[in-house]
Amino acid sequence: MIAELGLAALWLAAALAALQLVSGALGLTERGAVLGGAVRPVAVVQGGLALLAFACLIYVFSVTDLSVKLVALNSHSMKPLVFKIAGAWGNHEGSMLLWVTVMGLGGAFVALVEKRLPERTMLATLAGQAFVSLGFYAFLLFASNPFERLSPVPMEGNGLNPLLQDLGLAFHPPTLYLGYVGLSIAFSFAIGALVTREVGPAFAKAMRPWVLGAWIFLTVGITAGSYWAYYELGWGGWWFWDPVENASLMPWLAATALLHSCGVLAARNALRAWTIMLGVVAFSMSMIGTFLVRSGILTSVHAFAVDPQRGTFILALLAIYIGGALVLFGLRAATVTEGERFAFVSREGALVVNNVMLSAILGIVLFGTLYPLFAEAMGAKVSVGPPYFNPMSALFAVPMLVVLMVGPLLRWRRDKFGRVGRELVIPAMLIVAAGICVLVLGGVALLPWIGLALSVGLGWASLLPLKGRNLRRTPLPIWGMVVAHFGIAVALFGMSSESAFSVEKLVAVRMGEVTQVGPWGVKLDTVEPVAGPNWTAMEARLLVRYGIDGKVTRMLPQSRSFWAPPQQTSESALLTRWNGQLYAVLGGEAPKVDGEKQSRWQLRLWWKPFAPLIWIGGLLIALGGLLALLGRVAADVRRIVAKDKIAYRREKQGR
Amino acid sequence: MATVAKSPIKAKHQRLVLLIVALVVLIGAALLAAWALRNQASYFYVPSEIVARPPEPGRAVRLGGMVEKGSLKTAADGVTINFAVQDGKARVPVTFKGIVPSLFVEGSGVVAEGKMGTDGTFVADNLLAKHDENYVPREMQDMSREQAQKVMQETK
Repeated sequence: MIAELGLAALWLAAALAALQLVSGALGLTERGAVLGGAVRPVAVVQGGLALLAFACLIYVFSVTDLSVKLVALNSHSMKPLVFKIAGAWGNHEGSMLLWVTVMGLGGAFVALVEKRLPERTMLATLAGQAFVSLGFYAFLLFASNPFERLSPVPMEGNGLNPLLQDLGLAFHPPTLYLGYVGLSIAFSFAIGALVTREVGPAFAKAMRPWVLGAWIFLTVGITAGSYWAYYELGWGGWWFWDPVENASLMPWLAATALLHSCGVLAARNALRAWTIMLGVVAFSMSMIGTFLVRSGILTSVHAFAVDPQRGTFILALLAIYIGGALVLFGLRAATVTEGERFAFVSREGALVVNNVMLSAILGIVLFGTLYPLFAEAMGAKVSVGPPYFNPMSALFAVPMLVVLMVGPLLRWRRDKFGRVGRELVIPAMLIVAAGICVLVLGGVALLPWIGLALSVGLGWASLLPLKGRNLRRTPLPIWGMVVAHFGIAVALFGMSSESAFSVEKLVAVRMGEVTQVGPWGVKLDTVEPVAGPNWTAMEARLLVRYGIDGKVTRMLPQSRSFWAPPQQTSESALLTRWNGQLYAVLGGEAPKVDGEKQSRWQLRLWWKPFAPLIWIGGLLIALGGLLALLGRVAADVRRIVAKDKIAYRREKQGR
Repeated sequence: MATVAKSPIKAKHQRLVLLIVALVVLIGAALLAAWALRNQASYFYVPSEIVARPPEPGRAVRLGGMVEKGSLKTAADGVTINFAVQDGKARVPVTFKGIVPSLFVEGSGVVAEGKMGTDGTFVADNLLAKHDENYVPREMQDMSREQAQKVMQETK
């Protein structure tokens, strides 16, 4: 019953999206202007219906209604409730439903609050949003119905992939989706602005909070995903250049570029066509990412089952939206008039460097991700990994980070290096000093060496915009910029330190044996079986000590066996100190050699100096975005309130 | 580029300059990517191919096939394993140091990432085994049906 209700809500929402598209498009013409009034309410109801459908799906998952095929395939009655609920979006159909839900809610929210732009632009924007939603509704209803019934009803469900049964991962996909879909709003704004030729500071100011919001969610999602991969996969790495990771990184790169070019457009009315283009690219990257993940055409830990029909469907959607948007851009770009001029040495100039470099990195990542597909079409099977991605992206990231030290200090329009040069003496000296220090330590590869040196200087330089300001009266967006840029330095330091100074040890030890990894002494105390709600495990008790006279701490890595579906995962144990993280994974029992009596257990240990800074930096970047967003929204609210007050006074005075 | 500031150029020209700069960087990135990919992509081999035309030692490649029955041996240190991967026509000895995936057993399918050593042994840095119904290394989908059935029997 509930499942049918959900399906009905989904169909209704799709129908309303069609209505929104038609009335929005007709509302732009003179004869259909009356219809324009329907667009906003329809958008709100559409969002509500999509939410209702999603709530129904959550319900059937939380009560484990096995007559619904999706539940039977992906859930199990013996699973903790939170993972039952998370299971609703831990699969193909559910995640697509989440996608349209977020998209519908985003459209509804825009329809409710966005009043700054000319109504015509808003109509075109909401029509664009409906157009995109419609494709995904069609995809859900025709190619991947989440509410399909199953007969006969099975006795028990198949369960959820144990790797996904983790709190961090339960909330990782929704966060990323909020980001992806937030970019759909930027996309719709770009379409709306192109259709009505309203490209200017007002448009950038209206679009910016949405881009910022989406970007914050993407940043948090990527950071969380990276940490999940780090502790859950038990491979000790935090970024694998896996296609799915790249799928989330590409929209982030585009969104970061868009964010900065939006700033230029809002403040100086320059980079007009470029900003529109980035708006189109950013959401295209979200869709390409979804295509890569959902179609299963690339090997990935995250990829769901391969289904050629779905792949073709999404490919068709991609072609329609991206192709359509690019055609529209091609037709209208010439009519977007030139923006204001600026000198090369200026804030705008620095931001152009940021944009171009981010786009280049985006191109590098996109090429590397898609190359295996092209190669396969030519008959060769390849995989592309860190040896390609690391140096190639660094090639563009390093110059960008150097400009990042200077850019925020420059004035808009025109400036001279001489004016800011003195400020940069300390960061430059810090870079040289750090570079020499690391060289003296020795044994560090080129990229981490550059990263370590650069991050120290960048950390200092990122704080310089605050110099000479009254900190209590500094606007929030400035704080946001400083915090986010400082976060980049922190994360860069963590990444470089992790790859430069990590110590790894792989051993098979007897109980009571002590092994050394970096400054740590690790003693295997016991290995005992333990059980959880849907798994059993072997749990090792490690007693670890930092240095010779440190406090003894316990670590409990597990090797877990799930039974539905049958799979083994290693639960790593992490011990965080201010200067790094000790990472322990329990393997299996080593086969006995030559009449050994006592069994040996495989242990994999890492000492990773300053590794947690990677994610702390990521969160700082997101926090910077949040501060900027709060500042912008607060300013908007103040302006609206002031406007209302003025209107009210006028009314009172009878004018 | 300081001349840009001095000589008042037209807005149209500025746009052109920006466009050209962006295009040059992007095309440069694309060319670099194409060049690097040709050198860095790691190719997939099955044992008969790697025996017939071995890649130069040290080049990152992937090797996919079946773990030969009776070939799996653990070295004295308890963490190094040696086994052979075969595809019915040829066999390649593989050595791997690390914790093996749980579904890695003799007779099952495996994709090993690593390098060819000078002595004809494949040194794996990573093993991908069939570890989930939904996730099969893509290379393994193309194995013969007979082999696939064998994998299913072994791992079910």
